[in-house]
Amino acid sequence: MAAQVSVIRTAAETGLSELFDRLKGGLPGDVAVREQALSGFRERGLPHRRVEEFKYFDLRALMREAAPPAGRPGPTELALAFNQASAFADVPAARLTFVNGHLAGELSEISALPAGIEAISLADALASGDPRLAELGAVATAATNPVYQLNTAFLRDGAVIRIPAGLAPAQPLALRFVNTGASAFSTASRVLVLVEEGASVTVLESHEGPDGIGYQPNGVVEFVVGDRAQVKHVRLNAEGSDALALSTLTVKLGAEASFDTLNTVTGSQSARHQVFLMFAGENSRAAVDGVTLLKGSQHADSTLVVDHAVPHCTSRETFKTILDGDAKGVFQGKIIVRPHAQKTDGGMKSDTLLLSDGASMNNKPELEIFADDVVCGHGATCGALDEDLLFYLRSRGLPAREAESLLLQAFVGPPLEALENDAVRDGLVARVEGWLANRA
Amino acid sequence: MPAVQETIERVKLIDVDQYKYGFETEIEMEKAPRGLSEETVRFISAKKNEPAWMLEWRLDAYRRWRTMREPDWARVDYPKIDYDDLYYYAAPKGFKEGPASLDDLDPAILETYKKLGIPLREVAMLEGIPGSNVAVDAVFDSVSVATTFKAELAKAGVIFMPISEAIREHPDLVRQYLGTVVPVTDNYFATLNSAVFSDGSFVYIPPGVRCPMELSTYFRINERNTGQFERTLIIADKGSYVSYLEGCTAPRRDENQLHAAVVELVTLDDAEIKYSTVQNWYPGDSEGKGGIYNFVTKRGDCRGKNSIITWTQVETGSAITWKYPSCILRGDGSRGEFYSIAISNGKQQVDSGTKMIHLGKNTTSKVISKGIAAGRSDNTYRGLISAHRRATGARNFTNCDSLLIGDQCGAHTVPYLESNNASAVFEHEATTSKISEDQMFYCQSRGLSDEEAVALIVNGFVKEVLQKLPMEFAVEAQKLIAISLEGSVG
Repeated sequence: MAAQVSVIRTAAETGLSELFDRLKGGLPGDVAVREQALSGFRERGLPHRRVEEFKYFDLRALMREAAPPAGRPGPTELALAFNQASAFADVPAARLTFVNGHLAGELSEISALPAGIEAISLADALASGDPRLAELGAVATAATNPVYQLNTAFLRDGAVIRIPAGLAPAQPLALRFVNTGASAFSTASRVLVLVEEGASVTVLESHEGPDGIGYQPNGVVEFVVGDRAQVKHVRLNAEGSDALALSTLTVKLGAEASFDTLNTVTGSQSARHQVFLMFAGENSRAAVDGVTLLKGSQHADSTLVVDHAVPHCTSRETFKTILDGDAKGVFQGKIIVRPHAQKTDGGMKSDTLLLSDGASMNNKPELEIFADDVVCGHGATCGALDEDLLFYLRSRGLPAREAESLLLQAFVGPPLEALENDAVRDGLVARVEGWLANRA
Repeated sequence: MPAVQETIERVKLIDVDQYKYGFETEIEMEKAPRGLSEETVRFISAKKNEPAWMLEWRLDAYRRWRTMREPDWARVDYPKIDYDDLYYYAAPKGFKEGPASLDDLDPAILETYKKLGIPLREVAMLEGIPGSNVAVDAVFDSVSVATTFKAELAKAGVIFMPISEAIREHPDLVRQYLGTVVPVTDNYFATLNSAVFSDGSFVYIPPGVRCPMELSTYFRINERNTGQFERTLIIADKGSYVSYLEGCTAPRRDENQLHAAVVELVTLDDAEIKYSTVQNWYPGDSEGKGGIYNFVTKRGDCRGKNSIITWTQVETGSAITWKYPSCILRGDGSRGEFYSIAISNGKQQVDSGTKMIHLGKNTTSKVISKGIAAGRSDNTYRGLISAHRRATGARNFTNCDSLLIGDQCGAHTVPYLESNNASAVFEHEATTSKISEDQMFYCQSRGLSDEEAVALIVNGFVKEVLQKLPMEFAVEAQKLIAISLEGSVG
């Protein structure tokens, strides 16, 4: 007497399916690729808490309805967006602005890029069948991820950026994602950054949007890093208060390459940032860091998969989370060491401070190791501020709030202080200070 | 690196091909009809002369089990088990339920236990002699064949008997506690066990009693094509203490055999249970042929204030291990501990760990797990530490280390840490430098290297538990003590 299992679709799931059927004729590129990417969703719906990777981020419950996709922004929206953009404003940088996921190319930012750097909009690249798009989807562990697949299916625009071999631009390249709208909307953007052999670049990525609007951005940034190239990537999620922000970063690293990424989260109602990093060449190193500051009923998930597919690579992951109010934090990290990836050195750490009784943290630091000559470790801590430390500071005459702020700053300090670019570091430290000041 | 070399040598010593308990005892058996149906359940219940409520309980479990699906989330891989092709009950022919004297026992069985290092007859002779201090319940396939030291235990008020007997003699106690820690519907294997469990041990320690000796159960699977489904229930009433040991072996066979046990522990206020296991089921040969599927649900409920449950396990056997001894820390100030050494070799697959559920205030837990994978085996630690909203002041310390020997094995750790309380402090680590700064400093100030200091602290700690195992286990367990942390991964 096997029970008949009938699949019940939520409003969001039905909505997404219908949306796709309605839009697919007008989307750039090969529609078969999109259909293929959506097949998993068609079969299983949105990932929910019974799906292991989404145990602590129940997308089916979080996405109430499928918001309509944002169209190409008009002049008023562009002007509005540019007025709103404040992230990394003080950092001297070459900028590319994406408004509601669309590259705002007409603003002549592309022509202002440093000599040698090429950029075209992803919509154009898809329409013209740009050969560089073959580099998309280079990281296997990301390919079957439901969030990544949804992005592939609904992809509207973004950019393809090429940093040619040996180039080392003096200023960072800032990708500004600005969202604007008066009612709920969704975006699906993707940026492919090809950093060729020996090039060295700092890439800033910021996400901002309106408070009080339940918009749904789903962004992917893919890095393909050549041999001996160096990339520093700093990401800021300062999305609006009601946003459901999904994002994915994929990185394929060549030999003797170096990649650093830091994700800072203060915005969004619910945010999930996924990192899929793969070592494809030997003697490379990577650092994946995160600083997450949440309050109210915010919910943020950091998920990462670091794939040591080749020997002699080093990876470090450092995540700092501070949770206030009823906020929920999630850290899911996984280090895979493939057979024969000997001499791998992997170290993962997630530290959390809970500032209130309503806050909760779920940590899942995972190791999957198939080689014997490796050094891998992971650590996770979770707890409240140390009373002794607070007492010490207060006995030195600091008011309670100030003492707390000082300790919290020190707690999130290490990944921020590691940033080499002074202006970027100062900007992020100021954001942390602002967040702490707002707590009071 | 001599320390690592020593470890490698020791692991080789307990390689699957060296399995020394693989002999088979030729003995005529009486079995339930092959397959699983309500009839089988009724058959087992009738064999045990069970009261009606027990049969109902079993049938209810059986009906629920038919609607359940086998879990597939663990990192183990095995061909589908045909549950309708197994024997669910096997007992030595002519075996009568009830307190049989050793003289009535088939000499072949006595011989079997003697070969395993448990001379039941000698143990019986020693009864009443001071200094002999392990009471044994010997479970042979589906029935408990002998329980020693019953009289002396009874003097202290301790009840130690096969659970089938307890159901008849102490129905109120059994009814009050059975299935309250591991509910009938807990999981696929626990539900199966609830339907068809045949024997196991029942222990009740009355208030304020410190059990005068170690209690022990020795499980032996002998018959072909049978599964062993034992059920153990241990209750430590207020202020009591008991240490319980469990050992398991099985003959060397080409076929896979199922072992789906349920162990329930209950501690009331200020009580303490120490539960130690040396699990040495037949692991299969080096090609992965044969071996026991060890799908076990073990859970302790610290129901009373300031109660303590300690799980200690040395896992070397079984083709597949699926086992998560857990503690529900319900009483304020209660404490759960889990110490595990899991060694896999050949093509063994181990997915084991623990769950520490902090519900009460100021509850503490400690998890020390060491996985060693060799050959082509896979060794996974999977653990959950969670603090609920009201669990203020909860504390956990977890340390899991893995060591790989050879480049064809895998070691994995899948820890879950869920904190819903700001005052709960969780620490999870795999780095060997952070056991305790003070202890480390002390050792180092005495001239020990980092490595030696860690080995000393952890081994000293493990040793303390292992030394409490009875002799027959100690020999085997001693081989595992000196495991080094050098070259280990988290």
